[in-house]
Amino acid sequence: MPDKTNAPAVEGLFTMDPREPRLLGTRCRACGTYFFPAEKSFCRNPACDQADFEEVPLSRTGTLWSYTSASYKPPPPFVAKEPFEPFAIAAVELEEEGITILGQVADGIGVDALRTDMPMELVLRELYQDDEHVYFTWNWKPSHGGGAA
Amino acid sequence: MSKDVAVLGVGMHPWGKWGQSFVGYGVKAARDALKDAGVEWKDIQLVAGGDTIRNGYPGYVAGATFAQALGWSGAKVSSSYGACATGAQAISVARAHILAGLCEVALVIGADAAPKGFFAPTGGHRPEDPDWLRFHIQGITNPTYFGLYARRRMDAYGATQEDFAAVKVKNSKHGLHNPNARYRKEVALEDVMSSVLVADPLHLLDICATSDGAAALVLSSMDFARKHTTGPVKIAAVSTVTPVYPNSIIEMPNLATDSKAGVGLPEIGFKESIAHGAYEEAGLGPEDMSLAEVYDLSTALELDWYEQIGLCRPGDAEKLLRDGETTIGGRVPVNPSGGLGCFGEAVPAQAIAQVCELTWQLRGQAEGRQVEGAKAGVTVNQGLFGHGSSVLCTV
Repeated sequence: MPDKTNAPAVEGLFTMDPREPRLLGTRCRACGTYFFPAEKSFCRNPACDQADFEEVPLSRTGTLWSYTSASYKPPPPFVAKEPFEPFAIAAVELEEEGITILGQVADGIGVDALRTDMPMELVLRELYQDDEHVYFTWNWKPSHGGGAA
Repeated sequence: MSKDVAVLGVGMHPWGKWGQSFVGYGVKAARDALKDAGVEWKDIQLVAGGDTIRNGYPGYVAGATFAQALGWSGAKVSSSYGACATGAQAISVARAHILAGLCEVALVIGADAAPKGFFAPTGGHRPEDPDWLRFHIQGITNPTYFGLYARRRMDAYGATQEDFAAVKVKNSKHGLHNPNARYRKEVALEDVMSSVLVADPLHLLDICATSDGAAALVLSSMDFARKHTTGPVKIAAVSTVTPVYPNSIIEMPNLATDSKAGVGLPEIGFKESIAHGAYEEAGLGPEDMSLAEVYDLSTALELDWYEQIGLCRPGDAEKLLRDGETTIGGRVPVNPSGGLGCFGEAVPAQAIAQVCELTWQLRGQAEGRQVEGAKAGVTVNQGLFGHGSSVLCTV
């Protein structure tokens, strides 16, 4: 079987660096506000009417704002593994950007291993495959020393 | 100038899974509201429909769909959508027409026939739509957000899963005798705790179902009302506020919050601003409320609303609940109708149904669930992407 090509499940949301992936946002050059997913057409700060953005990789680490789990298979357009494996979901606050970002928790780590305010880091994980590609998305994972056993 | 409009009539089609068209549910609710008001369909000057997005084109133009079903009469029409806040949008359109003197009497209708299970986004490949993106790339459903908020209550305020379950127990008692409620069965704490975990820490019975249902209101100017009735329930305020930037709390269906880097946070958060807008407009405060109907998509969300509508300080909601203050017979009963826990959500009808309940309560007609001596009540709700929804009624 020929090797499949790795690809992001949706283009432009994150880098494909396998070791230190980064989410890709934008920053308004006029007012300094960040956006994720990237905003390129208009600045949503009501005090700013500029449309001049730079693409910025966001911080790879943040603190856990809250967390939950998905015990049932989400409906399409999610492509679930069969059989479905429940997963945890984290809301992680990035300090510098002042943004909280959602994502699945990696590697089958469940809610029992999570605590509010623990440090988290960004990783890439396979979302699904087709005949030619392995599609990736971002996950959150407790950082080393973050208290997860 | 008074900003009051009269609620002349209310009507509902019972919530459930009836397997019929949303149009028929809406017609039933509308006819009941007309009968309750003592107003004939031919005398209605504006039909304000709440749209449903799950029933094809007739749902996108619900105002005309209902008008056609009731029989073309030449009335003005509007069709509004605001997700869960759809009903408040339709009420707001009717109220604004009346207050501007553009019509005297209007019929507001919302109805839905809902699919089973998780709500899912519309089809196609649409990565620019946050609602599509969150499902596709992270498998994030609506209960995900309910779970995140519930966990925050536990970690910030020491709430427990038993506290959340106690909301369901209370609401199941409230809804027991409500003829329009779908679930009329007492639920015990153990029933909730032993139901499956859907979005930790929330169990299946902590999360509201999706339902069919319809609700309708006949609204009129106070002058028009005087010719038909005495002492009608009045809508004193409608709040349809949007958030103030930056909204730093994660909101359905987004994958990320606004950035608070570089821009100061607003004085009050979005959810707090919704009922606040209604209080300001009515010149009343939470201490004046005899009851509240809040959007309990989950049990834990009901507790959030206690604080966000000013019934207690942040962190005190569990105590308010445990002390029985929000149970019928307590200081300020919340969801005497039984709430979404007993109804399940019929999206475009729900905010209208909340006003039906306030009306029955303020008239003293809420048989089996009456809040004694009710003088004023408030509803609260929010629709996706920042639709505030709060209606304040007085008598």
